[in-house]
Amino acid sequence: MGRRVAIVGTGQTYHKSHRPDVTSREMINEAVTVALADAELTIRDIDAIVIGNMDHFESINYVDAYSVEGSGGVMKPIMKVSTGGTTGATVAIAAYYHVASGLFERVLAIGFEKNSESDTTGAIITCSDPVWDRFSYSGAIPSLATEATAYMEKYGATQEDAALIGERDRNNAMNNPFAHLHRPLSVADIMNSPMLAYPIKLGDICPRSDGACACVLAADGVAQKIAKRPAWFKAAAVRHTYTWFGDSTDYNKGLVSMQRASKDAYAQAGITKPVDEIDVAELYLPYTWAGLKWIEDIGFCGPGEAAKFVGERNTHMGGKIPINPSGGVISTNCIGATALLRVAEAAIQVMGKGGARQVPDVKNALATGFGGCFWSDVVILSTERP
Amino acid sequence: MDNAAIVGVAQTKYERRKKDQIFADMVFDVTRAALDDAGLGIGDIDSVVTVSNDFFDGRTISGMAVGDACGGEDKNISTVSGDGTFGAFYGLMRVLSGYKATIVVAHYKGSEGSVPITTNGMFDPIFHRHLGLDAISSAAIQANVYMTRYGIREEDMAQVSVKNHGNAKNNPFAQLPMDITVADVMKSRKIAEPLKLLDCCPISDGAAAIIIANEEIAAKGTKKPVWIKGVAHCCEEYFLGDRDLANPVALRDAAKRAYAMAGIKDPVAEIDVAEVLEPFSYMEPLWLEGLGFCKPGEGGQLIGKGMTTMGGKLPVNPSGGALSANPILVAGLARLIEAALQVRGEAGARQVKNADTALAHGFNGPCGQSHCVWIVSGKK
Amino acid sequence: MAEWLKNVEPLTLKGQIAVPYTWWVGETGSRFLISLRDDQKILGTRCKACGTVYVPPRKNCGRCFVDIDEWVDVADEGVIEGYTIVHYAYPVQPVKPPFAYVLIKLDGTDVGFLHLIKNDLGRIKNGLRVKAKFKGERTGSILDIDSFELI
Repeated sequence: MGRRVAIVGTGQTYHKSHRPDVTSREMINEAVTVALADAELTIRDIDAIVIGNMDHFESINYVDAYSVEGSGGVMKPIMKVSTGGTTGATVAIAAYYHVASGLFERVLAIGFEKNSESDTTGAIITCSDPVWDRFSYSGAIPSLATEATAYMEKYGATQEDAALIGERDRNNAMNNPFAHLHRPLSVADIMNSPMLAYPIKLGDICPRSDGACACVLAADGVAQKIAKRPAWFKAAAVRHTYTWFGDSTDYNKGLVSMQRASKDAYAQAGITKPVDEIDVAELYLPYTWAGLKWIEDIGFCGPGEAAKFVGERNTHMGGKIPINPSGGVISTNCIGATALLRVAEAAIQVMGKGGARQVPDVKNALATGFGGCFWSDVVILSTERP
Repeated sequence: MDNAAIVGVAQTKYERRKKDQIFADMVFDVTRAALDDAGLGIGDIDSVVTVSNDFFDGRTISGMAVGDACGGEDKNISTVSGDGTFGAFYGLMRVLSGYKATIVVAHYKGSEGSVPITTNGMFDPIFHRHLGLDAISSAAIQANVYMTRYGIREEDMAQVSVKNHGNAKNNPFAQLPMDITVADVMKSRKIAEPLKLLDCCPISDGAAAIIIANEEIAAKGTKKPVWIKGVAHCCEEYFLGDRDLANPVALRDAAKRAYAMAGIKDPVAEIDVAEVLEPFSYMEPLWLEGLGFCKPGEGGQLIGKGMTTMGGKLPVNPSGGALSANPILVAGLARLIEAALQVRGEAGARQVKNADTALAHGFNGPCGQSHCVWIVSGKK
Repeated sequence: MAEWLKNVEPLTLKGQIAVPYTWWVGETGSRFLISLRDDQKILGTRCKACGTVYVPPRKNCGRCFVDIDEWVDVADEGVIEGYTIVHYAYPVQPVKPPFAYVLIKLDGTDVGFLHLIKNDLGRIKNGLRVKAKFKGERTGSILDIDSFELI
């Protein structure tokens, strides 16, 4: 087994639709500077860096090389990991292995995106296979809309059920000073927003944001000296199998990658009753329906039970298992940083640094990443050293 | 560091155009071949790292193209965007963290994109990209700075191309085995001075795979394990003007740390063979200086002294190197695979006699900004 | 390759990633490019910690990892530190080959400045002095400097 690892500092920029005042390299520097300050370290203390984004959102080839001035990577080992929407989570997980391997003591994980610099959908479309998928079933919205209709058909969930997820997350964002969209949205607002692709309306989906996030990870023995309450990794699981959109869309089976990743993560963490043992979750929910369907796949409730579970406010602040105290992806979405923000927010909850968005007495926090071709990542952090 | 070993390797033949294979086809072939080479089944593999680049593949989330083909089904998998030596480094870290065996696969099809346009994307979009720089023209500036600094002649660089294309004749995977002379290189078409056509790598298609495993799996495998003794990477500054292009400081740092891990004090005496990533002829001597095989400015004399030729004290690129096939990203992994084959004694006609300790090297970014150095050995 | 495929033309599909980009130049870069555009003057920034004068200017020093806020005027003349004469053409190049890329140490700076030389290619040598030639019509781009010329 590898060495134990904890997150000991986090940093994020404020989020906006446009950051005209900085280049992406300068924006990365903001997040890194805050993360180092949070851990009370300097760049000299950092042994290695992992960075990630999506190449075609800024059109920078070899972002690891491009960013060193901002990331602090000059004369340090730096590696780039890039896996689409899951990038932020896979960056965190790669940083975790850097430390767990015993080769590095203190490692920076960085995710960023300046979505304002490109046509996000134009770029995302190119993830689809150029010969078979790109002409039709491409980009994020069509595949997600298909998933949503399948879920509605199967379980009779309504558009209002989904809209409640949006209302919850957008309300939570009011407690997060870093969130991009600081305007509450009601179920009625979402229902009245323009239809994009049935049943997804404008209020059901995430925005495009500019922003960056950084986390400092440290090894057992070092972590305790840096942070009063380190956020220990209990699990890190990744499932990125599918190549074709059609492969992943037997919707009657649910989100298989999430089922498999969470099963793996619970086994690693020794968790048998997720709802009882996990105190807060930061889930990569790019649209409202995911907040219903995917919490079934992750085992927070049974198949078809999500509308009731959410409707009874179990996932609201003060509920059994609050989801997205930060406001989640529906409030802030700088894609390469989005999943790292989930991990960072989970760490913030474990470390008790959540301010107005803090859930009381958090022991275990769960974060997810979503992206690619219906891929999922799960990270579990804990106050308890495993 | 715990013991970890390379237990299986595979590469495709490198070709200018693979007309009958898509990325996934190539990756499936090398995945299966690496498993066969190791005497393992896909069930023995519990971790997967793919290596690709969205620019080169013309595809966002380029790893998506090969998730099935590399055996990633229901496994912990990730994608490194960078040279294969960095992907292998991630694979090693996973094994050191508790996985039994990681397969690392890399793919590239130069025939499907535009190398100048995609490598123009390496340069800062505000200040440098509109100047039109790409991998070749930036390398040419580095060659100029290096050669001017030390008074190295173009003929000295041409010898690298002659040696490596000659070595490629012994490598069935190489794309350009050639009998050429220094005069041939000198009279080949000027590309970007001082680089001429035969100072430059070809455009290639290909894929490669490597399996890195813990001791338990290594004992189970059918091939002689190639133990990983040292590995390190390091990155220097980004803007070309901020760097001393004739002094590869990041490579020096990576080599120093890799040697320290491996317990190597005198690299020339202790390393039997080296495979370095040299898409341009001048890079081989410059990297050899960075690796501490000679003093700064002396890299250009090593071939003349017979040191780096087959039969020399330290043969460099018996495979023919990247000058003889340069599937970008794959090319670094190919260096590590070649090093492993040398240590196993399975390098066929390109085998260096009694090679027990081998060095492999790869890099990312313009003019070798970020380097990764590996030391592997037959001894545990 | 399968036998049957040898007898037909293997199919290809043409495409390109046609994503438009709008890069924000940012506060630091904008001051530099606006100065090129409006005043035909080259500006740099100096790191307080190590004293390095960077051109193009940086918002933070990668070596010292501190913010930079001191601006300095930089000469439009300097010395060639490295070059290549390009003989191959591809669409992204701003001029037709042959032309030269040069790394120039502008007077008063500590790093090389990358730009173009279009004329007198046969005379280019490291160590020679060059001077910036500005374009008549300037838009706020690195190419507001048309090129450098041998003095």
